[in-house]
Amino acid sequence: MALPKLAVYKFASCDGCQLSLLDAEDELLAVAEVVHIANFPEASREVVPGPYDVTLVEGSITTPHDAVRIRKVRAESRLLITIGACATAGGIQALRNWADVDEYTRYVYAHPEYIEALQTSTPIAEHVKVDFELRGCPISKQQLLDVIDALLHGRRPNLPTYSVCVECKRLGIPCVMVVTGTPCLGPVTQAGCGALCPAFHRGCYGCFGPMESANMDSLTEWWLGLGVDDHGIALALRGFNAWAEPFRSQSEALLEIGRPR
Amino acid sequence: MSGTREISVDYLARVEGEGSMRVKVVDGVIEDVEFSIFEPPRFFEAFLLGRPHTDAPDITSRICGICPIAYQMSAVHAMEDVLGVQVGGALRELRRLLYCGEWIESHVLHMYLLHAPDFMGYESVVHMAKDHRPIVEQGLRLKKVGNTILRLIGGREIHPISVKVGGFFKVPTRMDLESLVPELEWARDAAIETVRLVAGFPFPEIEQDFEFVSLSHPNEYPINEGRIVSNKGLNIDVAEFNDFITEEHVARSNALHSRIRGRGAYHVGPMARYALNFEKLTPTARELAVEVGLGPVCRNPFKSIIVRGIEVLYAVEEALRLIDAYEEPAEADVAYEPGAGEGHGATEAPRGLLYHRYRLDTEGIITDAQITPPTAQNQLMIESDLRAVLERHLDLSDDDLQWRLEQTIRNYDPCISCATHFLKLTIDREEAKR
Repeated sequence: MALPKLAVYKFASCDGCQLSLLDAEDELLAVAEVVHIANFPEASREVVPGPYDVTLVEGSITTPHDAVRIRKVRAESRLLITIGACATAGGIQALRNWADVDEYTRYVYAHPEYIEALQTSTPIAEHVKVDFELRGCPISKQQLLDVIDALLHGRRPNLPTYSVCVECKRLGIPCVMVVTGTPCLGPVTQAGCGALCPAFHRGCYGCFGPMESANMDSLTEWWLGLGVDDHGIALALRGFNAWAEPFRSQSEALLEIGRPR
Repeated sequence: MSGTREISVDYLARVEGEGSMRVKVVDGVIEDVEFSIFEPPRFFEAFLLGRPHTDAPDITSRICGICPIAYQMSAVHAMEDVLGVQVGGALRELRRLLYCGEWIESHVLHMYLLHAPDFMGYESVVHMAKDHRPIVEQGLRLKKVGNTILRLIGGREIHPISVKVGGFFKVPTRMDLESLVPELEWARDAAIETVRLVAGFPFPEIEQDFEFVSLSHPNEYPINEGRIVSNKGLNIDVAEFNDFITEEHVARSNALHSRIRGRGAYHVGPMARYALNFEKLTPTARELAVEVGLGPVCRNPFKSIIVRGIEVLYAVEEALRLIDAYEEPAEADVAYEPGAGEGHGATEAPRGLLYHRYRLDTEGIITDAQITPPTAQNQLMIESDLRAVLERHLDLSDDDLQWRLEQTIRNYDPCISCATHFLKLTIDREEAKR
C-alpha cells in the first residue's frame, strides 16, 4: 500500500514550526517510514506532485501572491493542518493590521515601491477551509507528532483546550501572579507548552493563543490590580496571537478606554 | 557556446525561507546572476516601535526559528548598551553556553540535513538515510545535543523563554548542567568523526578573494562580544557599524543588501570567524583542521561544511569547559533602571554577524530599531560566488549546473526568513539565437 503523502508549505513566518519536524531527532526517520514526505522544500529538493493526503501549512497570508497560492495548496490537499500562531492567528506580523502598512514599508525599506504587501496579515482559515489547527509560537513537537499519528490511525487528535493554569497546577508550579505579583496570561491562554514561563519564574506571554471561553475581563482586573495600565495590558495581548479573538477585541477595548496611568 | 542559456529555480530547496535564483548566459558569457528573496516582508523594525525594550528579545527571536538565540542575544546586548548594564561572571558564561547550544543545533542541521545531501548526491536527508542510516543517525543525535542545551537553559529549542535584558529569568543549577556532560563527551568524538567525514567529500576547485568580517575578541573565539574586524583592514567598534557598512534596497529582493563603504561585498559566517580567529580555537579543533588539510584560512565556499564541523567541535568543547567552570550565580539577572539613549549589539549568529541598534526614550520604550541579519549581509557575496562557479562550470548539463548553483547558495546556509525582514532560485539557460 502506498504511504500517505505529506506536504509542508510556508507562508509569512520564521520557519520554526516546520523546523519542529526536523527537530524531532528521535522520531524523524520513523515518521519518514510511515508517511511519504512528498513536498517539503525546506528539507528536500524533490517535489512529488500532489494531491497530498496531509498538508502542513506554516505562516500567515500577507501578500497578494500568497492569497492566491493558499487556494492552490488547499485544492491539492485532502487534509489541511495549520501549524503555529502565524497560520492560525496571523502571527506577530498581524500587528500591521492596526497600522498603516505603507508607513511600515517606508520605515523599513528605502524603496517602498519595490515591496508588495497586503494591508493585513491574516490566518489561513480566513482564506480557505482548515481541517485542523495546531497552536503555538512555536508549536509543540509532541502535539505535531500526535496529530500525524492520529490522522494515520483515523482517530481525533487529543489536544488540550484548557488553560495554562491547569498545566501549572498539575506540575505543582506556584502561581506567579499570586506569589510574586507577576502579570501572567496563563489564565486566558490555551495549554500546550507545559507552563514553561511560570516554570522559569516569568509570566506566560500567550504563545498558544486564547483558550476556549477565556474570561478577559477577569484577567484585566487582575492585571490592573498588579499595577499594569490599560495600555500595558493591551500591548501584552498584542503579541504572537494578537489577531485571535478575544485577545483582539480586548486589546482594542482597552486602548479605547485608555484609563490614565 | 553560442546562444542564450537561462536557468531558473523559482523556489530554492533546503534553505530556511523563500528565495529564488536566475542566471543568464549569452554566447558563453554570463550576462546576469540574481539571487532573490521573495519571503514576504514582516516589518519587525516597524512594530517594535512604541513597545517596551523588554519585548525586544522575545519579539525579534520570531524573525528566525533556527537561530532565535542569536536574535535574543543581539537584542539584549544592544539594550544593555543603552542602559549601561554590565552582565558579567556566570551570567555572561551561561549566555555563551546557551549560544554554543544554538551553534551546534543550527550547524548540524545544515551540515547533515541540508548540505551533506548535495555532496552525497541525494535529494534530501530522508533519501540519504536509506543508504547511510548510521551517518544520519549520528547527525540527528549530534543535533539533539545542541537542542538539549537550549531546552535545559532556555526552556525549549525554538523561541526559548529564559533570556531577558540583564540576564535570565531563571538559571540552571550546576547539577542540571552536569547532566549534559556524558552526551557532550560523546558529541566531541562525533564532531571529530563528522569533520573527517565531510572533509572527504568532493569539492569543486574554487577560491574566492573574500573580505571576511566577524567579531574578534582578545581572549576567546567570538560569540557574544568583540570588535568588528576584517582581513582587509576593518577594525571598528560595534557602535560604528553604520559608519562603515551600508544597506541598499534593490528591486528584486525583500532583503536589504549590505556592502562595506568604498569596497563592496563581504562575507560573514563560519568561514569568516574561522579565518579571523583561528588561533582562538581549542587545540583539538586546530589540530583537526590541520589533519584534514584545511589550513588557517579557507577560501573555498564549498568547504564551509568542514569549517562548520570545526565550529561544532569548538562549541562542544567550549560547552564542556563552561559547564566545568559554572557556579550558580546568586541572582539570575542584574537590576537596572530604564533610561534613554541609543545602543548597539552585534553577536555571531550561526550564519554570521547579527547587528541590532535601538533607541529608547526615558521610560525604556523603543523609538527606533534597526536589525541587520547575516544572510542580508551575504547576499551580494552569494551572487559573486554564483558568478564564479558559473564561469568554471558552464560545461555541465542544465540539471547538474542547476544543482551545483543551488549548492553554491546553500554553502552560506542562508536564512531567508531572517534576511527579510529575505530567497528565490532561477537558473535561466536558454539556447536562443542572438
